[in-house]
Amino acid sequence: MATNTHETVSACVDSYGSAVGMPQLCGEWMGNQIFWLVITLVVIFIVLSRIALPRIAAVLAERQGTITNDIAAAEEFKSKAAAAEDAYNQALSEARAEAARIVEATKAEIKADLDTAMAQADAEIKAKSDAGAKAIADIRANAMASVEEIAKSATADIVSVLGGNADDAAVSAAVTTELKG
Amino acid sequence: MASEAHTATESSLVFHPMDQFIVKPLFGNGPVEWYTITNVTLWLALAVVAIIALMVFGTSRRAVVPSRTQSIGELAYGFVYKMVEDVTGKDAVVFFPYIMTLFMFIVTANFLGLLPMSFTTTSHFAVTAVLALAVFLTVTIVGFVKNGAGFLGLFWVSSAPLALRPVLAIIELISYFVRPVSHSIRLAGNVMAGHAVIKVFAGFAAIAAIAPVSVVAITAMYGLEILVAFIQAYVFTILTCVYLKDALHPSH
Repeated sequence: MATNTHETVSACVDSYGSAVGMPQLCGEWMGNQIFWLVITLVVIFIVLSRIALPRIAAVLAERQGTITNDIAAAEEFKSKAAAAEDAYNQALSEARAEAARIVEATKAEIKADLDTAMAQADAEIKAKSDAGAKAIADIRANAMASVEEIAKSATADIVSVLGGNADDAAVSAAVTTELKG
Repeated sequence: MASEAHTATESSLVFHPMDQFIVKPLFGNGPVEWYTITNVTLWLALAVVAIIALMVFGTSRRAVVPSRTQSIGELAYGFVYKMVEDVTGKDAVVFFPYIMTLFMFIVTANFLGLLPMSFTTTSHFAVTAVLALAVFLTVTIVGFVKNGAGFLGLFWVSSAPLALRPVLAIIELISYFVRPVSHSIRLAGNVMAGHAVIKVFAGFAAIAAIAPVSVVAITAMYGLEILVAFIQAYVFTILTCVYLKDALHPSH
C-alpha cells in the first residue's frame, strides 16, 4: 500500500489521483451529492423559515414601527411648538393693544384735566377782568362825581370872588347843565 | 487520459484544472457510496453553518439598531424579498422562504468555493440540476394547482395570429422544458469555468518567467469570480422568480 497510495477505487479518477474527464459528469458520485444536497437544503429551509426569516421580519417591522412612532412624535412636537408660537404671538399682540389702549386712555384723561384747568383758568381770568372793568367804571363814575362837586365848589368860589352871591342851588343846577351840555 | 496526465507530471508544467472537482471520502479511501461522508458533505455542512451563523446567530440580539452581521442578514432578506415582490408579485410572498433558501445556499456555496483549497459544491451539475429541477417541478405543480388546465395557456400565445399559434406552442413547450437544463448549466458552468481557469493560470506559475503574469492573472480572475459568485446566485434566484410568475399568472 505504501507504494500505491493512489489506489484506484473510482472509474472517474486515474491511478495518480487525477480526474478522468469532467468530474461533474461522473455518475457514481452524483447519488452522494444529491443525497447530501437534499439534506442541506431541508436544513437550511427549516432554519430559515422557522427561525431566521420570522425573526428578521419582526425586527424590520419593529424598526418600521419605531420610525413611524418617532416621526409621529416629532410631528406632534412640531405642532405643539407651532401652537406655543401662536399663543406667544397672540399674547404679544394683545399686550400691544392693551398698551395702546392705556396710552389712549391716559391721553384722554390728561386732556380732560387740561381742559378743566383751562376752563377754570379762563373763568378766573374773566372774573378778574370783569372785576377790574367794574372797578375802572366805579373809579370813572366817582371821578365824574368828584369833578362835578369840584366844579360846583369852584363855581361858587369864583362867583363869590367876583362879588356875587352864590346861591348853591342855582350854581349846582347851572354846573350840572353845563357838564351835561 | 491517464497516461497523458502521467507524462505531464514528469515535465515542469502540471495541469490538473479539474482535480479540484473530484469527490472523495473524508475518512479512508473507500468507494463513494450515496451515504459516504465526502468533501461534498463537508462543504455543504460549512454552507449550512455559515448561513446559520449569519441569519440566526447574527440576528439573535434582534436589535432595532442592527450590528454589522445583522445588517448583512437584513440586507439579504430585503434583497430577496423585494425581488420576489417585484418580479413575481405580492401573492408570491408564500414562496419567499423557498426562494430565500435557494439564494442563500447558492451565494454561500459560491463564496465558500472561492476559499483556497475548498471544494465548490455549486460547480457540479448534480447539485445545480437538483436545484433547477426542484424549481421546475415547483413551477409546474403550482401552475396546474393554481390555474388548472388554464396553465396550458402559457403555451398558447393568444396574441399571435391563429395560424402561427401551433408553431409557437411547440417552441414555447420546448423552451419550457429546456429551462431546467439552462438554469442548472448556467450556474455550474460559470462557477466551474472560473475555477478551472484559475487553476490553469496557477499551473503556468511553475515557469519563473511567466509567474508574475500568472499571479496577476489569477488575481484578476479571482476578482471576476467574486463578481460571478454573486451574479450567478442573483441570476438563478431572479429566474426562479420569473418562472414562478409564469405559474401564478400564466397569461402572456
